[in-house]
Amino acid sequence: MAASKQQVVPWDQVELEPVLLVQGPESLLADRAVQRVRTLAEQRFPSVERSSVDASIYQAGELSVLTSPSLFAEPRLIVIDQVQSCSDAFISDAIAYLDALEQEVFVVLVHRGGVRGKKLLDALRSAGHTKVACDALKRDADKTAFVSAEFKRASRRATADAVQMLVQSVGSDLRELAAACSQLISDTTGMIDVTDVERYYGGRVEVTAFKVADLAIAGQSAQAAVALRHALATGSDPVPLVAAIAAKLRTMAKVASHRGSAPAAAKDLGLAPWQVERARKDLRHWSPTGLAQAVTLVAAADADVKGAARDPIFAVERAVLKIARIASSPPR
Amino acid sequence: MTSALEPGETFDVWSDLVGQDRAVETLQRAVIDPAAMTHAWLITGPPGSGRSNAAQAFAAALQCEEGGCGHCHECRSVLAGTHPDVTTLRTDKVTIYIDDVRELVQVAGRTTVSGRWRIIIVEDADRMLERTTNVLLKAIEEPPAHTVWILCAPSVMDVLITIRSRCRAVSLQVPDPQAVAKLLIRRDQADPTRAIEAAYAAQSHVGRARWLATDATAAIRRTEMLGAVLGINSVVDAMRVAGELVETAKTETDNLAADFEAKERAELLTSLGAQDLTTFPPAIRSQIKQLEEDQKRRRRRRQLDVIDQLLTDLAGLYRDVMTRQIGAEVALVNQGLEDEIALCAQQTTATVTLGILERIAQARQRVAANVTPQLALEALLVGIAEPGGVDNVVGA
Ligand SMILES: [Zn+2]
Repeated sequence: MAASKQQVVPWDQVELEPVLLVQGPESLLADRAVQRVRTLAEQRFPSVERSSVDASIYQAGELSVLTSPSLFAEPRLIVIDQVQSCSDAFISDAIAYLDALEQEVFVVLVHRGGVRGKKLLDALRSAGHTKVACDALKRDADKTAFVSAEFKRASRRATADAVQMLVQSVGSDLRELAAACSQLISDTTGMIDVTDVERYYGGRVEVTAFKVADLAIAGQSAQAAVALRHALATGSDPVPLVAAIAAKLRTMAKVASHRGSAPAAAKDLGLAPWQVERARKDLRHWSPTGLAQAVTLVAAADADVKGAARDPIFAVERAVLKIARIASSPPR
Repeated sequence: MTSALEPGETFDVWSDLVGQDRAVETLQRAVIDPAAMTHAWLITGPPGSGRSNAAQAFAAALQCEEGGCGHCHECRSVLAGTHPDVTTLRTDKVTIYIDDVRELVQVAGRTTVSGRWRIIIVEDADRMLERTTNVLLKAIEEPPAHTVWILCAPSVMDVLITIRSRCRAVSLQVPDPQAVAKLLIRRDQADPTRAIEAAYAAQSHVGRARWLATDATAAIRRTEMLGAVLGINSVVDAMRVAGELVETAKTETDNLAADFEAKERAELLTSLGAQDLTTFPPAIRSQIKQLEEDQKRRRRRRQLDVIDQLLTDLAGLYRDVMTRQIGAEVALVNQGLEDEIALCAQQTTATVTLGILERIAQARQRVAANVTPQLALEALLVGIAEPGGVDNVVGA
């Protein structure tokens, strides 16, 4: 076996190869990788015969039936999904196949995260088969890069602010984020800016919630109270409001622990550079004790909005005002 | 179940119920003496004391010709959960569904297949809403002569009065750690030193003690987590540690779940006769989706259980600190952290420790009431970092 180094590529650079591993828990990326391979296969071999296999219910011998040459052999694309839940029979058949690849047969193994099937993954690596990395996009910086790439692929440009706002508004689910990008691409023209994002996604709870959190943490009690009332009056749920404040405090604590430059901090902490700058600016109003008090208040408010208080709205209001007051009193 | 018996030692269905002599005696008497038997039982005891084991042992003893020999067909099939006349309702959900109970009531009315009794075990009987309880109530009140209900709950108070007044209560104790260690050595072939340490660390929770005694990485991870909390030196540090603890809990849950879930999926497909299909018709796809949703919900519940366990461990840790501060002559729960505990005891006072213990109790309540676990932990840990700074912040 020619042992070469395993190439790791993103989904949008994958090419048609005899054996491909699509690995990682981000299902949107995995699905896109498979889709791209399918398109490439059909372009190159219009007569390509496609089949798909669920590895979790794989029966011994199936793979050799699908791959073995037949008289009128058409090129074949075999997509094997759920490799992370595969049967033992599959692992041994797949490893055996790696030693006896068939001509014009293209096998795509989709492993959606976890540690199962390590033996097979190791075999794929040592045989040098390309891996498409579909790691979960957890960090805001990764999501920002994802959005930028979406726009770039459509030959569109967006301002940095717009990208960040989009990530904050709908970034919790990558599919939703991708859908938002494609909607903006189809519904707007020219440079995509904050106004565009606000028009489509500005009504989203999270945006309002983060606005309230921003104001409270900046110590602007009056504006925070107004924004809060507005948010609640327009039907915002208090639960994400509390979560937004908690998230900001968490970011501040992270940033406070990092002594390096803003870009270095952003990289190490998995934040966007603007989040680091914002948190550093906020931290000027905050002492460690104040931070501890705010966290205590937010936890109590979370309990309140989830049923502990008779009047959850009042509970949130009180927490927001107290936090703003802590921020506006000079740090000790 | 394997067991290393010492010469002269006997093994029966009761053997694994360590330190529960009184409860075992009551149940054994009911098996032998018809006058001591009744049709509804409520077995209570703290988590890990072996409620469901006791229920199962009792069921086996009732079906067995010899009152629970532990090796006849009846005994073994009850313990394996395959006896046709013993039905167990266990749930990973927060509440037991009314339909599940309705089904049980139907089963309870059937005649027996092979056993002497038709036995229904309800684990977590405390997870029933009142409406659901009412369905059960009628069945318990007038059961057929051959039917026995065995309900389990953490405490008598967790079950509605209407139910508990109709059941005979049997309560399990927190067993002595030494007795738990002995069981681990006998039944699980655990190393004696580790068994003792684990029994104390698990505060006599048998299942957890076994896990800690037999899985070295689990014990190390637990000690590391507690050590991280003792090492907190600032508010910012407290926030970091909270994040790490939640991440660890999540990883632990995911690792435990992955293999099991894959097996479950394969089993479902087999049961639907779909194991050979490569694409699924809509009816099957919706069943798969249902399973996936159940699995997700269960993962969330397990994750909460792991966090709750962590908080229980933290309570044990600060009780140890308190033990040192008041100079009590009691064995530490956390024998592996003796030096760190001594240091912490020196640096603070018993009053501060008491405040921390109250905060731990509050954090547990909050997690149970659906507060974001990370936030509940953050609030607890910043309070540990700055005990004076957060007093009286909340409130009017
Ligand atoms: Zn028997």
